[in-house]
Amino acid sequence: MQLLFEKSVKGRKSSILPPCDVEQVTLPGSCLREQELRLPELSENDVSRHYSALERRTHGVNNGFYPLGSCTMKYNPRINEAAASMPGYTEIHPLQPEHTVQGCLEVLYLAEKYLGEITGMDAMTFQPAAGAHGELTCIMLFKRYHEARGDQNRTKIIVPDSAHGTNPATAVMAGFKVVNITSGADGCLDLDKLRAAVGEDTAGLMLTNPNTLGIFEKDILEITKIVHDAGGLVFYDGANLNAIMGVIRPGDMGFDCVHLNLHKTFSTPHGGGGPGSGAVGCKSFLAPYLPKPQIVKTAEGYIENYNYPESIGKVKAFNGNFLVTLKALTYIVSLGRKGIPASAANAVLNANYLMKRLSSCYQVVNTGICMHEFVLTMEQEAKEKHVTANDIAKALLDNNIHPPTVYFPLIVPEALMVEPTETESKETLDEAADVFISIYNQAMENPEGIHKKPEKTAVGRPDEVAAARNPVLRYQI
Amino acid sequence: MNILRNLRYTKSHEWVEILEDSKIRTGLTDFAQHALGSLVFVNLPEEGDEVTAGESYADVESVKAVSDVNAPASGVVSAVNEELLDAPEKLNEDPYGSWMIEISEVSDLEELMDADEYEAFCREEE
Amino acid sequence: MGNYLSSTAKQRQGMLSEIGLTSMDELYAGAPAHLLIKDSLELPDGKPEMAVREEMQKRADMNKIFPVIFRGAGAYRHYIPAIVDTVVSKETFLTSYTPYQAEIAQGILQSIFEYQTMICELTGMDVSNASVYDGATAAAEAAAMCRDRKRGKTLVSAAAHPDVIETIRTYCWAMDCEMELVPVKNGKTDLFALNEMLDDKTAGVYLAQPNYFGLIEDAKKAGEIIHQKGAKFIMGVNPLAMAVLKTPGECRADIAVGEGQPLGMHLGFGGPYLGFMATVGDMTRKLPGRIVGETKDAAGNRAYVLTLQAREQHIRREKASSNICSNQALCAMTAAVYMAVMGPEGMQEAAGQSMSKAHYLAARLTEIGYTRIHEGEFFHEFVTSSRVPAGRLMKHLEMNGILGGLPLEDGILWCATEMNRKEDIDRLIELIREVEI
Repeated sequence: MQLLFEKSVKGRKSSILPPCDVEQVTLPGSCLREQELRLPELSENDVSRHYSALERRTHGVNNGFYPLGSCTMKYNPRINEAAASMPGYTEIHPLQPEHTVQGCLEVLYLAEKYLGEITGMDAMTFQPAAGAHGELTCIMLFKRYHEARGDQNRTKIIVPDSAHGTNPATAVMAGFKVVNITSGADGCLDLDKLRAAVGEDTAGLMLTNPNTLGIFEKDILEITKIVHDAGGLVFYDGANLNAIMGVIRPGDMGFDCVHLNLHKTFSTPHGGGGPGSGAVGCKSFLAPYLPKPQIVKTAEGYIENYNYPESIGKVKAFNGNFLVTLKALTYIVSLGRKGIPASAANAVLNANYLMKRLSSCYQVVNTGICMHEFVLTMEQEAKEKHVTANDIAKALLDNNIHPPTVYFPLIVPEALMVEPTETESKETLDEAADVFISIYNQAMENPEGIHKKPEKTAVGRPDEVAAARNPVLRYQI
Repeated sequence: MNILRNLRYTKSHEWVEILEDSKIRTGLTDFAQHALGSLVFVNLPEEGDEVTAGESYADVESVKAVSDVNAPASGVVSAVNEELLDAPEKLNEDPYGSWMIEISEVSDLEELMDADEYEAFCREEE
Repeated sequence: MGNYLSSTAKQRQGMLSEIGLTSMDELYAGAPAHLLIKDSLELPDGKPEMAVREEMQKRADMNKIFPVIFRGAGAYRHYIPAIVDTVVSKETFLTSYTPYQAEIAQGILQSIFEYQTMICELTGMDVSNASVYDGATAAAEAAAMCRDRKRGKTLVSAAAHPDVIETIRTYCWAMDCEMELVPVKNGKTDLFALNEMLDDKTAGVYLAQPNYFGLIEDAKKAGEIIHQKGAKFIMGVNPLAMAVLKTPGECRADIAVGEGQPLGMHLGFGGPYLGFMATVGDMTRKLPGRIVGETKDAAGNRAYVLTLQAREQHIRREKASSNICSNQALCAMTAAVYMAVMGPEGMQEAAGQSMSKAHYLAARLTEIGYTRIHEGEFFHEFVTSSRVPAGRLMKHLEMNGILGGLPLEDGILWCATEMNRKEDIDRLIELIREVEI
């Protein structure tokens, strides 16, 4: 398929703007661009057809089952999109006077109120634009907290080896050193190792619960106590909140600060890799450090309060990804008090059901009930028959099923992390299970065959080594 | 598995060539390049950098992973094989001909295995 | 109650018994019982879709939509061609995830590759990434790119956008790195002061083009000064302005960043917007975030794939230079569709008209005594003094459906784009005259 640049024809264009109705001004030559601006020249029909063709080469939740572990690819309600398209939100300039944006401020205020209730946190910010951004904001709050206490020794953040790569990278971006602790065989935190790792240099611990194996850390109160007793704070990575939202609150588990992925748990769409929103919630003692401004409700209406002298500052311009926050609010308003925990419970049910079906041939890492996701391993099959997690993933592509997450968490070799979410029906799960099992059986009979997969997709396996050794990162005109 | 007789080897699969009294050359063994897979990039130190025995002085990237390369001795980097920056695949194609750095002012040279000992070591690892 | 669950109660019972359970509560048996929320959440009851729409519409109606806007300051109302929203509303683009499985994500990957190429063309640089959160975080990430073992300080022009300054400041504080502001002289970065401030600890210098006050900086000269002292030059640019102004490439910038919102994104009360980052040759591997590259599959077909991933956090973890994971994919696509349908001429037209209307606005404001407080060329924004308290002026404009320029400490920051018609500008002048009476 051609690129837009390859379809370009000199002189082709659309008619978008009316002629200029004032005198045309130009600037002195020294200010002006000399090099040619070589963007494609196309008709609107060209553009329309091009992107329709690209759409056919993409797989969305609307195309089929998308059990991508840790990403919570649940159905994205279209009412969210309808709300976020209302001109009363899309046409609002971020620097309009407060009394003209009371609707927007109420959206932020209610999102804070409702998500604060769901997470057990006292204050929130919606400035961070993505999960990693939210993590960074939280760890910055920890940094400011210890600074304010006059404690220069808190230089370390503890991160389990089962954590998502963003966790240790975040800690380093906030100026901390990372202390890795190895998990137990069940992927849970080893309390003894944690006790040995905490000390006067501990700024905090970053933890996901359920963990990245889909197992609930049942010792969570003890874990948060250990860190607090050592003078550190505990951060909740909200990537897996879909398992427990409305059922268990991170605030009740002892966490001081949480980040949420509104584009996972709260159904805002992933957009092919963004925009998301990494909302952050914290207990009241950390609230003074949140990015500015914070939304406050007064008798006269909502205001944007910048009077936070101890704030960490800003992590993004304006108010974060406002329209994404809006979509999340729409979702919470839809589901309400009962719908939120019901979604979580169904996510867990679907995961356990699918796990049971797949356990008939796949090696399941989880023992007992899992939470909203579970992990399979192809370690044995890789050794004995050279059939890897990657091979299973590639074979699934031919069946219109998006593969699960592969090779994460790192503590499980040849991992496949499966998260069906609550919006899938039993029929979809059964069909998917049949496909997974059929692929497995075929691969065991004929390992060579699976190495050729996928065969029905737009392209076959790309040569990633060549792509990295000799990077071609733009089209050369 | 290729192992050269005139070289010495570390437990983390680096080879060492002793050039002079306190100067050595080092690189990755055939075992290492095979385990790492196709390498796409190498991050090398600069001449004049100090290195510490047993600690990482460089890393090599494959498509999906990054691995540290450890210094077999302490000292100062006296030469860097810059060819590898443009052609990291040489580490896969010719591991023993693709030295990574030279270390001078060598001290704390780690315990090295000879070819036979290394061969036995590799067999155990597999 | 809003319901996106596909199973019925009957199906649920069946599934429960298949896994050996009798009730949904048993699913949480592995968690300490006292952690389970006893009474339900203090949230309103759920609502069916029609009620949800009404509620969200009511809130939207509490906001005032200004038919005419003369305010920019980092968020600009430009004309968005109809096809832009059509394309980025396509369900598949909207609901897909990061293109990790290249074989079924060629659509997303190719669109990012096209976007990357367009950004390179716009900025005159060699390589672009797949985008970051916004212009402010792009600037902060660029500052980090410039640091090495010997140089860690960042200099930021005080003529940059306040939110950009604040974000860079927060990120520098987080990394325990120094940041200093280069003072402003007559609205532009004081290049003499810059020269004095540059030392052997300075890693990078950030300058905005046009700057916050709308003025056109002598970016080329700034670049020369910065390079002479061994530091790197980060140029933050308005992407539409790049259709007419000298590019970061032409000014020998090391890194080009900016806020992509003018390229087809709605104002949306501040987001989601788009941060673009582009650089030259040997700094490629320092770029944070995702990058799409071209390669082939086994059959020789051209294929696109996320590449140079070993820079990123999911592989390098604590050794990564940035924690960034996602990009603003759909916003990058928005920018690409906008640029595709506008084409080079359309871009030049939008930029040229914005500039012309702003100059007409400035001339008319001068006529009634609202004179520019700075000298020098400007793109589509400029600052004037005010003859009446700004609040009073804005109130009067507001009552007439106009969002006036942004009140600053020492004046008003006005903006015009191709969407401001001559008659809107003339009407604005009449209304301002009315305030004086």
